[in-house]
Amino acid sequence: MIVIRTPGGVSLRLRPRSLVVGATAALLALAVGVLAVGHGDYPMSPADVLRTLTGGGSPAEEFIVTELRLPRLVTGLAVGAALGLAGAVFQALVRNPLGSPDVLGFTQGAATGALVVVVLGGSSATLAGAAALGGIGTGLLIYLIAWRRGVHGYRLVLVGIGMWAILSGVNGYLLTRAPLMEAARAVLWLTGSLDGRDWSHAGPLLAALAVTVPVLLAAGPALRMTELGDDAASALGVSVPRLRLLLLAAAVLLVSLAAAAAGPVSFVALTAPHLARRLTRAPGTNLLPAAIVGALIVVTADQVALRVFPSQLPVGVVTGVLGGGYLVWLLATERRAGRL
Amino acid sequence: MSTSRLGGTGLRLAYDRRVVADELTVAVPDASFTVIIGPNACGKSTLLRALSRLLKPAAGAVLLDGADIHRQPARAVARTLGLLPQSPTAPDGIGVAELVARGRYPHQGLLRQWSREDERIVAESMAATGVADLADRLVDELSGGQRQRVWLAMALAQQTPLLLLDEPTTYLDIAHQIDLLDLCARLHEEQGRTLVAVLHDLNHAARYATHLIAMRGGRVVAAGEPREIVTAELVREVFGLPCRVIDDPETGTPLVVPAARARTGTVLS
Repeated sequence: MIVIRTPGGVSLRLRPRSLVVGATAALLALAVGVLAVGHGDYPMSPADVLRTLTGGGSPAEEFIVTELRLPRLVTGLAVGAALGLAGAVFQALVRNPLGSPDVLGFTQGAATGALVVVVLGGSSATLAGAAALGGIGTGLLIYLIAWRRGVHGYRLVLVGIGMWAILSGVNGYLLTRAPLMEAARAVLWLTGSLDGRDWSHAGPLLAALAVTVPVLLAAGPALRMTELGDDAASALGVSVPRLRLLLLAAAVLLVSLAAAAAGPVSFVALTAPHLARRLTRAPGTNLLPAAIVGALIVVTADQVALRVFPSQLPVGVVTGVLGGGYLVWLLATERRAGRL
Repeated sequence: MSTSRLGGTGLRLAYDRRVVADELTVAVPDASFTVIIGPNACGKSTLLRALSRLLKPAAGAVLLDGADIHRQPARAVARTLGLLPQSPTAPDGIGVAELVARGRYPHQGLLRQWSREDERIVAESMAATGVADLADRLVDELSGGQRQRVWLAMALAQQTPLLLLDEPTTYLDIAHQIDLLDLCARLHEEQGRTLVAVLHDLNHAARYATHLIAMRGGRVVAAGEPREIVTAELVREVFGLPCRVIDDPETGTPLVVPAARARTGTVLS
């Protein structure tokens, strides 16, 4: 633990290992990003990519980088960061390492919104908007049902899982009602994909991140206090119900807009916080490392999907396989260590 | 009449529609070691929750320094009034010093995360509770008695003139119970803090409390110094237990000795 103090009474407390892990993951994500931007029908070396990004490329390179490839990368980074952050918040909210938006029905709600548009027919912008609304609407519904003097972790899990089951059924029904071509498009969307993403996909999510990241980081210390239990946190001066509402709103917003941008990319929200905690070895909730690790996972998975598999594989398939594998490994090792 | 910073008048305490206590009036004398006793479900823990701002009374008000505690900001209250809840949870993999440091939360801010004062007070709190040697250990590795001392250190680090303890001796064996209560008594005497504890054991309460509040069925049956109020009649009234009250040979405080089982053979009337 490093402490920085200034004569003005300002004091900051930093954990060196978390700093190193965070910086390394961020650099890795950027490095993968440079490789990603260089990859495609018109290959570019990392040096060319960096030169173009700093304004020294030809007009053609400029167009390829900023209009074609950068939006996909930025969308991937933003989706990963949003899911990592939201996952860490949900796990803290429900005090359960399995508390992720995939399990609690929020992602299913976004899918329902999107599928309604698929069945009724609509542009991809409408689809994204409907996905966002579906996620936020589900969040609101779960909150209203689970609310009882502030949302209780336990109730949130049970209500969320119930909602997940209902919405899965609804989604299945909607898929059977969709025209065949549209159903194929819907299935692709449901896997989570970064194909053909432009700035209009990245924009809303970046805006949401710009608002929620400072709010969540400011709420971080209070969130850590709730790890001691509601009573202890209240005794330390945390307004627990108000904090819960704020956290839930921020996390639902992030998950919904991430789904709107790339579809429900599975397992990132579940895996990123665990991985971040293991790497930083810091107890409790670590929001920023979870966000950075989430971004790294999504851009890496997207590159793996693009390069290893000849037919374009949606990123959600890779995160699902990797995330699911990781989860099984986690459960197996925790069990062996006697912690589960 | 002694002064009182914390108390409540005309309290109706209820969970949803289930009323636990009504028309309850209590006062915690300043600089006292107040202990609340009573049979199970008499409302003693509920009263402590109300006094600590965790439960909002359905009627009446808890007053802290003359103002309704629910109209004061949570953080401001947390700098005056501390609480050690019955079963707090330690996050996985947290160290002792780190847990104690969390007690400084109400005094910290985004740009004031760890002042020299924080550092000093955390060290002092660990020294006062005898856990300084454990500073680098993980909380998960500690015994029940050690863990309870660490939680007490965290509550002390909050540096509140008033400290509430909800059944702090539960799950501890008799030696650790006495150890913890001795520690509380010392903190009360040496640091001049007002302590309020809910205890199960009447004899512990009579030995350590300077002010006793005896409750039954959501009412205060008696309140005052243990020597003055603990009598066989009171114990019979509050707990329904026939007994004799003698002087504790160690401390001279009242000692409750339950009556031997009646020879008639009825188990309990």
